[in-house]
Amino acid sequence: MTGYLIRRLGTAIIVILGITALTFGMLHLIALSPGQIELGPKATKSAIRAFNQQVGWNAPLWKQFFTYIGHLFQGNFGWSYKDNQSVMSLFKEKAPLSAFLSAASLVLAIIIAIPLGIYQAVKRNSPSDIALTAVSFALYSMPVFLFALVLIDVFALNLGWVDPNISQDQSLSGALADSKDLILPIIALAGTAVASYSRYQRSSALDVLAQDYIKVARAKGLPDRLIYTRHLLRNSALPMITLIGLSLPALIAGNVLVEATFNIDGLGLLFVKSLQLSDDNVLLGYTLLTAILTVLGNLVADICLTISDPRIRLV
Amino acid sequence: MTSINKDPSSDQLPENDGGVDVTTTIEPPAAPGPASTDAGDLGEATTSGWKLTLREFTRNKPAVIGVAVVVFFLLFSFIGPMVYHTDQIDTNLLNTDLPPGSGHPFGTDDEGFDVLGRMMKGGQIAMEIGLLSALIASVIGTLWGAVAGLFGGIVDAVMMRIVDILLSIPFLLVVLIVASKYGASVWSFSLILGIFSWLVPARLVRGEVLTLRVRDFVSAARVMGGSKTHLIFRHLIPNAMGTVIVNITFQIADAMLALSALGFLGFGLKYPQTDWGSQVANAYQDLSDGYWWLVFPVGTALVLVVMAFNLIGDGLRDAVDVRLRRR
Repeated sequence: MTGYLIRRLGTAIIVILGITALTFGMLHLIALSPGQIELGPKATKSAIRAFNQQVGWNAPLWKQFFTYIGHLFQGNFGWSYKDNQSVMSLFKEKAPLSAFLSAASLVLAIIIAIPLGIYQAVKRNSPSDIALTAVSFALYSMPVFLFALVLIDVFALNLGWVDPNISQDQSLSGALADSKDLILPIIALAGTAVASYSRYQRSSALDVLAQDYIKVARAKGLPDRLIYTRHLLRNSALPMITLIGLSLPALIAGNVLVEATFNIDGLGLLFVKSLQLSDDNVLLGYTLLTAILTVLGNLVADICLTISDPRIRLV
Repeated sequence: MTSINKDPSSDQLPENDGGVDVTTTIEPPAAPGPASTDAGDLGEATTSGWKLTLREFTRNKPAVIGVAVVVFFLLFSFIGPMVYHTDQIDTNLLNTDLPPGSGHPFGTDDEGFDVLGRMMKGGQIAMEIGLLSALIASVIGTLWGAVAGLFGGIVDAVMMRIVDILLSIPFLLVVLIVASKYGASVWSFSLILGIFSWLVPARLVRGEVLTLRVRDFVSAARVMGGSKTHLIFRHLIPNAMGTVIVNITFQIADAMLALSALGFLGFGLKYPQTDWGSQVANAYQDLSDGYWWLVFPVGTALVLVVMAFNLIGDGLRDAVDVRLRRR
């Protein structure tokens, strides 16, 4: 167990180093140099060179890479030349709202998807299962932003249950004061996740239903309710831990689209705005941050799985 | 249950196979002909692998519907403009935001373009980029996975760590960054989407190759002096082809979704080209004015096509997987 943990941790560190190298490479390969960004397109070549010299852009790449990593350890993701503040301070400002949005939708998705998948597996091939499968398939094939637009059209514009204009408060507490506004974004983000989670949960539950211990439980006269909660739920929900870990990049991408659709001033909208401005330090900083979060998420998921399932004992 | 009934019978009657060995033959899917019944009772066991797959696939109703939807949208996008002529180059500012009606079955958009004609144009782009990027991704992924799986050891470890690294970076973010700088034409979008989406096929093919490389026919080819290249192209890739083809359909669906997201955020194809995501993006501010025809026809088309490719993928996966075959 300890050996496995150490090896798993080692892989995670290697992967994070690789990601760092990749974003660093992209910064130098495709991004504009700081001089070009800061001084604008009309600046002379020598002025740009002088500026780059000053910020250390012309140092040998390996040296810059070590500086880059050193800065990362200090939580320094570089400087946003467009917003004229450090990328980290931008992230700190916008992160709480995005984190809340992601976490709330993830929790909502899990709460809906696991019972839904189990229900569908228990009632497999019944009309309700087929209808639910069709709905989740459609949702799975729908871009997040389109689902968000449908929600806005139906619930905000036609039924008028919520205000189509989201509170523009950047802080989490401000946004929570108008928490009704956040219902649609959270549902939009959760919808796609429910569609993919419930499909996995259904097939995982089908596998478990075919196991002998379910037959034994039935044979000894255990009521269905107990079979489903004690045996089926626990065993079939385990693979979901891995799936949730793996789906973090999709959640983050969804966050970008949902925040852009609802005009929520979080990290996702910051990313889109930075794309329009070609603010590469923000873009690559965000990519790096989310990639590291993904690796850590997967690590936590793997560890949770090993702890919760005694059958998985990887040397 | 299936394997008990079918597999032994095909093993016991090799002479009825007519030289067709299920494990090594790779043929393009044959046209649906009558199943060969030269073995009498065991007719089903003697048909070749691809025919069985095809028969299994055609029994899967959702998958067949998926094929029909894809064919419909191919005709709609590529043949449609030949029948239904619209001007998609010049704006028509006198006829903007017309509701569906005479002359414009789906109305016009904010620049006076006919929405139906514009959907056809966006459909072409979606199909082309979806297919091209899926092919690019599958070629890279297949070669990568096959090499990693066959060589094993340190080569495998390094190659798969690279896959792990790329997999932990949110796909859409990288694609957005690169596309916002280099996305211009069908080819550049296909390349960008393809280059960042070969990871799943690489993993799948590696897994397949790991089980294939210890099989007898691969050992035999190795013993006879087959080079690594020969093994990969003659034995490993053809046998992993089922997995790759199944994955291509999912890749097409994912590429279309990603392209629509790029378009929605304003980094899609530029005028005079258009894509479905850009069309939704142009229109979504108008939704509050009740201009539903600018969003929902395009959106429905997008969902239908993506869903169709996903259905085909599911159907193919079930058909290729021998264990799931109906007896």
